[in-house]
Amino acid sequence: MITIIDYGMGNLRSVEKALQRVSCTTQITNNPEKVIAAEKLVLPGVGAFGEAKHNLDRLGLTPAILQAVQKKVPLLGICLGFQLLFAHSEENGNHSGLGIFPGSVRLFPQGLKVPHMGWNQVQIVRNNRLLENIPDNSFFYFAHSYYVELEPNDFVIGTTEYGLNFVSVVGKDNIWGMQFHPEKSQKWGLEILKNFSQV
Amino acid sequence: MLAKRIIPCLDIDRGRVVKGINFVNLKDAGDPVEQAQIYDEEGADELVFLDITASSQNRNIVIQMVEKVAEQIFIPFTVGGGIRSLENIRQLLKAGADKVSLNTAAVLQPQLIQDSAKRFGSQCIVVAIDAKRVNLPTGSSNGKISWEVYIHGGRTATSKDVIQWARQVAELGAGEILLTSMDCDGTKNGYDIELTRTVSETVNIPVIASGGAGNLEHLSEVLIKGKANAVLAASIFHFREYTIQQAKEYLQKQGITVRL
Repeated sequence: MITIIDYGMGNLRSVEKALQRVSCTTQITNNPEKVIAAEKLVLPGVGAFGEAKHNLDRLGLTPAILQAVQKKVPLLGICLGFQLLFAHSEENGNHSGLGIFPGSVRLFPQGLKVPHMGWNQVQIVRNNRLLENIPDNSFFYFAHSYYVELEPNDFVIGTTEYGLNFVSVVGKDNIWGMQFHPEKSQKWGLEILKNFSQV
Repeated sequence: MLAKRIIPCLDIDRGRVVKGINFVNLKDAGDPVEQAQIYDEEGADELVFLDITASSQNRNIVIQMVEKVAEQIFIPFTVGGGIRSLENIRQLLKAGADKVSLNTAAVLQPQLIQDSAKRFGSQCIVVAIDAKRVNLPTGSSNGKISWEVYIHGGRTATSKDVIQWARQVAELGAGEILLTSMDCDGTKNGYDIELTRTVSETVNIPVIASGGAGNLEHLSEVLIKGKANAVLAASIFHFREYTIQQAKEYLQKQGITVRL
């Protein structure tokens, strides 16, 4: 059973349907107790970073997620849920994230079309079981205005080029995250979700 | 590299796909989920569903359709047609749409763009602009072309300038502009390159070109010369003149990055 964390940021239905497509059973919850007790966690989300973090705090989900991570519950962050794994964000001010990974979320530089919208390639920089069977340079669907600034780290497993090179997939121990939407990235996206369901 | 997107557009009437030429002789063309699946398998990058008979009774049918599509299709899709309020947007996104497209309501109440972008995120707010060339008397235009914004499915002129309106919708927080040339739409003579390029160079959000595609050269022309980020096409794909795959292979040969 995969537990999808509902903190009021965007529609969770696509994530749920995609997980069900790869034969997962799912539950959607905003209950911290259920998050701590989860077998596997997905933190999805679209929208603004500050509001998202505020909602996680208000619902008591921040400590619950950190506690689950401590217990080695596998966690997958998607899009905004990926950005929340990092230390801070510059989106409309200065906000702290969950701080699971070091790094900052920044606005794309001037001169680029923002949002970074559409299908872009992921260069696999490090082998990881989340990306098993995924060919290097496969296309995934992105829709975001902020990116995670690249710091060479052993948790960076995929990068993407859009005006600059940014972190698009991370993975370390039981925690993974990706800037793109696997639930909207057709067969390779579903493959990643399947890999996550089997970790 | 970020790929240029190919987006088939499906016209929906009371929950069914319809095909027609210039909105006449509408024929039932099947189930939206089945049609969407075909395009998905062929490699469409995204889909647009346009509710051409938007009304309150129709709203529930469309929401049910969105729910069904979202269960089966794992690429992004946009729903447009008759969306007037934050509540309409919320319902469609909740049912599984990734984006909504606003047109008439955005012109009549621009605040809706700002409010919806703030609430749901810019990435899911597309503003559709229907543009028509302004015919000025010879010699009075100083050689400058301009376009006027039309609403109500192209029936009502607004006296708004397209370029200024595009700039305004981007400032209000729209995530993309779906730009349709009313002069080219249905002609199959190609997109309005000048319009597309002017809007694309004006705004720093992606622009989807629409209206006029008749062959594959038209697609590459608007992507290269028109600087569009994506192309929308209906009839060339509906009537099976080309498959999405053929279109993408052609574009790749022209040096355009596509997802194959």
